[in-house]
Amino acid sequence: MARKGILGTKVGMTQVFTKNGELIPVTVIKADPNVVLQVKTPETDGYEAVQLGYDDLRKVLSTKPAQGHAAKANTTPKRYIREIRDVALDDYKVGATVTVDEFQAGDIVDVTGRSKGHGFQGNIKKNGQSRGPETHGSRYHRVPGSMGSIINRVFKNKALPGRMGNHKVTMQNLEVVSTDTENNVILIRGNVPGANKSLVTIRSTVKHGKLKK
Amino acid sequence: MNPLIQSITQKQLRDDIPDFRAGDTIRVHAQIVEGTRERIQLFEGVVIKRRGTGISASYTVRKISSGVGVERTFPLHSPRVAKIEVIRHGRVRRAKLYYLRALRGKAARISEKPRV
Repeated sequence: MARKGILGTKVGMTQVFTKNGELIPVTVIKADPNVVLQVKTPETDGYEAVQLGYDDLRKVLSTKPAQGHAAKANTTPKRYIREIRDVALDDYKVGATVTVDEFQAGDIVDVTGRSKGHGFQGNIKKNGQSRGPETHGSRYHRVPGSMGSIINRVFKNKALPGRMGNHKVTMQNLEVVSTDTENNVILIRGNVPGANKSLVTIRSTVKHGKLKK
Repeated sequence: MNPLIQSITQKQLRDDIPDFRAGDTIRVHAQIVEGTRERIQLFEGVVIKRRGTGISASYTVRKISSGVGVERTFPLHSPRVAKIEVIRHGRVRRAKLYYLRALRGKAARISEKPRV
């Protein structure tokens, strides 16, 4: 099934009442009209995709190549440019806009964002390990434990401290609660990855697209 | 709060909420759906807590039903509440009346205080 997609900014979370009076948590995503900057076809690019641009940049902040690329779509340079795969290519023309109309209330979507960075963290926070005793002569407090058998190297995927967060994260099977074409707003049930004001990509889900009962 | 988020929730806020606080006795007309039929269920008791602001504000009402304490928490702006009646203003010195849970009978009374 052809997918759809749109780029937006995470605004924050709030709650709304559903029709039957339930108070549900929602994430507010502001998605001003995206512009189709390029349509990639197997003949010219070797694969199918549509390239969307979101958030106007001032000319002084953009490079000449970026300006030239945007000029082909008859628009201003964009801050964020992302590709959406598996789309129905015939629906997209270079220079056309993509709005929140793509999605309706009840649609099931995947939302991709960049998770909050947590800096250098230990194994307890980063990998969910448990700590050793604090006292009774214990010297095993928050350390990662054994490095494994003695083969003069450490196995791949051994859980060790390091940078946590700031990864690309996709949450699947989220429900669109409502869309507001006037304000270009999409409400999505539950939370989505990333900090407020960060870029999120909303795409129709790759999975079955049915609500969990 | 972000003005966009405020505008989204503003429409759903009710403006017919009477002024009541912890310690007051209120009667909540809750709408209940049974199959396709809808009816009003009254829940009368003491407000033991109010919390939150905006759309996430809620309150908890406690009553003694056939000897068992029952508490229900309602979203303040819930569309499933037809009406809130304030029956009595109580005089209390706490914002959260959790201590009532440990008290029974005479000790759990709250004296009345008219509010101007």
